Amino acid sequence: MADTHYVPPSSGSKTNKIILRTILYVLLGVFALFYLMPLFVMITTSLKSLDEIRTGDLISLPRDVTLDAWRTAWSGACTGIQCEGMRPYFWNSVLIAVPAVMISTLIGAMNGYVVAQWQFRGANIFFSLMLFGCFIPFQVVLLPMARVLGIMGIAGTIPGLIFVHVIYGLGFTTLFFRNYYVSIPSELTKAAKVDGAGFFRIFWSIFLPLSLPIIVVAVIWQFTQIWNDFLFGVSFSQAGTQPVTVALNNIVNSTTGVKEYNVDMAAAIIAALPTLFVYVVAGKYFVRGLTAGSVKG
Amino acid sequence: MAPILEINNLFKSYGSTEILKDINVAIEQGDFLVLVGPSGCGKSTLLNCIAGLEPITGGQMSIGGQDMTNVSPKDRDIAMVFQSYALYPTMTVAKNITFGMKVRGIDQATQDKKLAYVAQQLQIEPLLNRKPGQLSGGQRQRVAMGRALVRDPKLFLFDEPLSNLDAKLRVEMRTEIKALHQRLGASMVYVTHDQIEAMTLATKIVVMKGGVIQQIGTPAEIYNRPANLFVADFMGSPAMNLIPAKTRANGSGTQVEITREGADPIVLVDSKNTDLPEDVIIGVRPEDIADAATNGAAASQQADCVIDIVEPAGADTFAVMQLGGKHVTARLHSETTATAGTPQRLAFDLGKVSYFSPDSGLRLN
Repeated sequence: MADTHYVPPSSGSKTNKIILRTILYVLLGVFALFYLMPLFVMITTSLKSLDEIRTGDLISLPRDVTLDAWRTAWSGACTGIQCEGMRPYFWNSVLIAVPAVMISTLIGAMNGYVVAQWQFRGANIFFSLMLFGCFIPFQVVLLPMARVLGIMGIAGTIPGLIFVHVIYGLGFTTLFFRNYYVSIPSELTKAAKVDGAGFFRIFWSIFLPLSLPIIVVAVIWQFTQIWNDFLFGVSFSQAGTQPVTVALNNIVNSTTGVKEYNVDMAAAIIAALPTLFVYVVAGKYFVRGLTAGSVKG
Repeated sequence: MAPILEINNLFKSYGSTEILKDINVAIEQGDFLVLVGPSGCGKSTLLNCIAGLEPITGGQMSIGGQDMTNVSPKDRDIAMVFQSYALYPTMTVAKNITFGMKVRGIDQATQDKKLAYVAQQLQIEPLLNRKPGQLSGGQRQRVAMGRALVRDPKLFLFDEPLSNLDAKLRVEMRTEIKALHQRLGASMVYVTHDQIEAMTLATKIVVMKGGVIQQIGTPAEIYNRPANLFVADFMGSPAMNLIPAKTRANGSGTQVEITREGADPIVLVDSKNTDLPEDVIIGVRPEDIADAATNGAAASQQADCVIDIVEPAGADTFAVMQLGGKHVTARLHSETTATAGTPQRLAFDLGKVSYFSPDSGLRLN
């Protein structure tokens, strides 16, 4: 039978503790190194010249640091027949991701507010269907979406891609905001109604100011999804509107002759930087407990 | 003058579940109406219906003489204080209080003037720039009241506003609400499950159970002449003693006989009430059973009762005994000689006695 009495730590268990701690940290360090290895290789490779890559070791530090590969990747690398680098595609991605993130977050917030605080007939069915939308695989919607974009006349354009991403993101953002707003007591809405505020006023003056933590979550999630998306980008774009992920693929796969690993690595890092940036900047706004004090306490 | 609030034949149901059945209430300007009842009796739903936050299924309602049955909450000229206070967490106390005026587009100078007045009334001036999260429970309660007061509405609605406070603060705030009511002369509707709050605050009490009004009356009427067994049992602490008894006509009055185990029945004479059925339930408040020695009642109204339990409560001592198969509580002086297990001579005062029908539970006298 288990002994439930508290056993005071003896000196023996103290040394045990130190040993366990040491093992823990060593293990953690090893894993960290293991996971950081690819990034290390990418960065060092991108700073080497082609000669050095060919002659040198994969994991050695660069002898002569050069930014040539970065320059080429940004503005000179060829994607098929054009040789403008990542730059135009990077801006395409920004033009797609920023509005799509903003619109899907705002509409998701509104949806969540309605589903959580304005219980209407069929609200739960509506929400279940939205939730179902989160689990539909991308591939399933490709053909119907292509047709819809064609009918709307925005096929192959940046607004078209924004539209696709907003639609696909709504399920998730609605889910986030609904779950957040459900925990806010309905008395807050009632109080505002008695105070004379209407539907939008309550949303704007009371719910949105409360929402910073969940907005950050939705923005990080949506930005990562949209920026990293390849399938929609490759399916619904044409020359000139392709996002950065598609361009990266083209640069890496369409080179002829010598494979420029340094350029490929630099391009890959460029493509990944914005999501990294969003995590670093927004991560600190992951503040909880902003509602503390609205209700008892 | 038209009643400030008038509810006629109000029904409320969710699907096939009837929450409120045929509610009829009216109060005059300056009344303090308390809706009281056990949880789930529909009192909060009724308040939400009055506020317009819940649509009603049937009936009619008017506030200040105007029909409000289908009017939205913001146009009813009401203010409401919620159980959880429902302060807007991201706004300062001042913004919380002025939010309603801001929404209604009242000019800044008036807002400032009213805010200053309310803050002074409730003594919350030092708190105006704080957020609700930085306030204690009692302070939040005051701010919530401030938000209601500043509106200067026709009708104030309170939804169990004190139930989140600790016992001491609750009594303080209760007194303050009463003082506020007297000072403003405002009309208020107040929901509580606490019958002491109901008794102390109300000018008019509505006792509810299962969505049906059991009795409407002043605190004294409810306390002294409960309409049925439920009201008799619910209002008052300790509860009214409800004892099965047999009655017999006796000259100009009635003779009441209460059986008890292992002793002769207690026979009391009620000279005021006549024409009672043979089987009744007699309702006697604990304070109407007293020590015979210090009471000086007629000998016919006295009896020796074996005390089972003695509960000193400071000002009074409660003595519990078995009469008619029920626990019966007597409220005795704190200096009483009553001790558990020994007989004590007690005097029964039938001046305010209630009789109920054992079948219907309704009051008979």
